[in-house]
Amino acid sequence: MYWEKELETMNREQLATLQLERLQETTRRAVQSYYYGKAFTDAGLHPKDIRTLDDIRRIPFTTKDDLRENWPYGFLAVSKDELIRMHSSSGTTGRATVIFHTKKDVDAWTNLVARSMYMAGLRKSDVFQNMMTYGLFTGGLGFHYGAERVGALTIPAGAGNSKRQIQLMRDFDTTAIHIIPSYALHLYTVFEELGLKPQKDTKVRMAFIGAEPHSEKMRKRIEEFYGFRAFNSYGLSEMNGPGVAFECPEQNGMHIWEDNFIVEIIDPVTLQPVPDGREGELVMTTLLREGMPVLRYRTKDLTRILPGECPCGRTHRRIERITGRTDDMMILKGVNIFPIQIEKKLMEIPGVGRNFVILLEREGFNDLMHIKVEVEREFFNGELRHLEALRRRIVEELKSDILITPKVDLVEPDSLPKTEGKAVRVIDNREK
Amino acid sequence: MIAHQLSIFAENKPGKLAAVTSVLAKAKVSIRATTIATTDTFGVINLIVDDPTAAQAALTKAGMMVKLRPVLAILIDDKPGGLDRLTQLLFKEGVNVNNAYGFVLESREKAVFVVDVDQMEKAEKLVEKNGFRTLDTDALSTIEPFHYMKY
Ligand SMILES: [Zn+2]
Repeated sequence: MYWEKELETMNREQLATLQLERLQETTRRAVQSYYYGKAFTDAGLHPKDIRTLDDIRRIPFTTKDDLRENWPYGFLAVSKDELIRMHSSSGTTGRATVIFHTKKDVDAWTNLVARSMYMAGLRKSDVFQNMMTYGLFTGGLGFHYGAERVGALTIPAGAGNSKRQIQLMRDFDTTAIHIIPSYALHLYTVFEELGLKPQKDTKVRMAFIGAEPHSEKMRKRIEEFYGFRAFNSYGLSEMNGPGVAFECPEQNGMHIWEDNFIVEIIDPVTLQPVPDGREGELVMTTLLREGMPVLRYRTKDLTRILPGECPCGRTHRRIERITGRTDDMMILKGVNIFPIQIEKKLMEIPGVGRNFVILLEREGFNDLMHIKVEVEREFFNGELRHLEALRRRIVEELKSDILITPKVDLVEPDSLPKTEGKAVRVIDNREK
Repeated sequence: MIAHQLSIFAENKPGKLAAVTSVLAKAKVSIRATTIATTDTFGVINLIVDDPTAAQAALTKAGMMVKLRPVLAILIDDKPGGLDRLTQLLFKEGVNVNNAYGFVLESREKAVFVVDVDQMEKAEKLVEKNGFRTLDTDALSTIEPFHYMKY
């Protein structure tokens, strides 16, 4: 049931004591780095000023820009000789950020991933196929090490090459996979093309899905298509990567490992903490990192703490699936919209296929949202009015949800560009 | 008798119809009649062909979304009032026509009127009882349309 029963079920009071001890230790280590040394001095702050957990709010926030500007070694709190691993976040905008790990860091991270996978149900007897990009991206090696720590036979399949993935699953009786949600939907079409049914022709019984925000509806679709349980996970390279927060068998929110991180949810505008249950930006502090402690890191991910205890007995609080990012927020006619809202709505409408793309366009002074939606093959009955009714329904439902009227086009199934990695959902064609 | 019409989903983009006809030409399928229904951004291409099953397979293989829809192919006289007699009959009996189009078989002699209706069986019985001939897919594939050689 538990990987580390004592830590996972520790009462909140003890957990707070442990957190404070570790926070004090972390701040002492952090100020050894160029960046935090300066930041603490500038703020007139000393590690011994951290006397209670609430004192964390005296520490300034750290942003991705701070990590970039102090690239590559400005955050190092140990000598370079102590480092054994580096990872880097995908740098879609500007320079990538780099995270360094000591031997102890990799060990602690691996333990968290193992704890998370064990919690979802992975066991020594499982065959785990990791369909993630290996390399600088943390999703590949992070899960790989975790699964090996659990003791599962681990297949480092890497990303893409769908036919080979299916072949591996069949040849080695894979029972658990790690996959990006949009790729899971794509892979299903490859199963179909090969005339195979995952439920019948493979032994896969569970999937870890993550690395990409997705709606509950999308998870349900994946579970239906494959006939297995799909567990949502959350992580970011600045906080190691995978293993930060993970679903337990209840599949209702992700336990965020509070013995390894301090979690704050703040209002992204006022930067003040919001109460449990209220949505805000997730801010995290590492508690065990040696090589590169990161304090009060603004993740830009929006979520909320789910109030109440989890029936599984773990005391670490749960966060809701990521509902959006403060920076992929689209602002159209003054309305803030997240792609995930649109995805959620679309997936609820029968007849909508597997993929869609949002185009933002400007006509004169007017911003327009143009959504191309694939139609489900079975939905088409040959009648134009049937399609037109679907199109109108999509427009109406989105309008009532996001408060602007999008232009909606229906397109053929599998006609939108799909990647074997992250799905591209938004294309902003407006002049900046 | 029931005939089949191919309905093909078409995004309104240049070359879609050409793509359809090119696939059918390669599959050696002859087209008897075509209509296109469109909205602003997408439409449906309706085709009467000599071999609907082969056409559907070829178009599906080319990635298109295709449906075979049952329709009535009704033989009418190609002269004034020929079509009117049919439409009046359908109207009088409350049969709703979703889509309809025709093509001439023999100039000034016979034409085929294709109707896609909401109550297929009722409409079929109705027109046959009233002396119209309906053609099935086989009959449609053996007829030679646009027969201009007759003096
Ligand atoms: Zn739980």
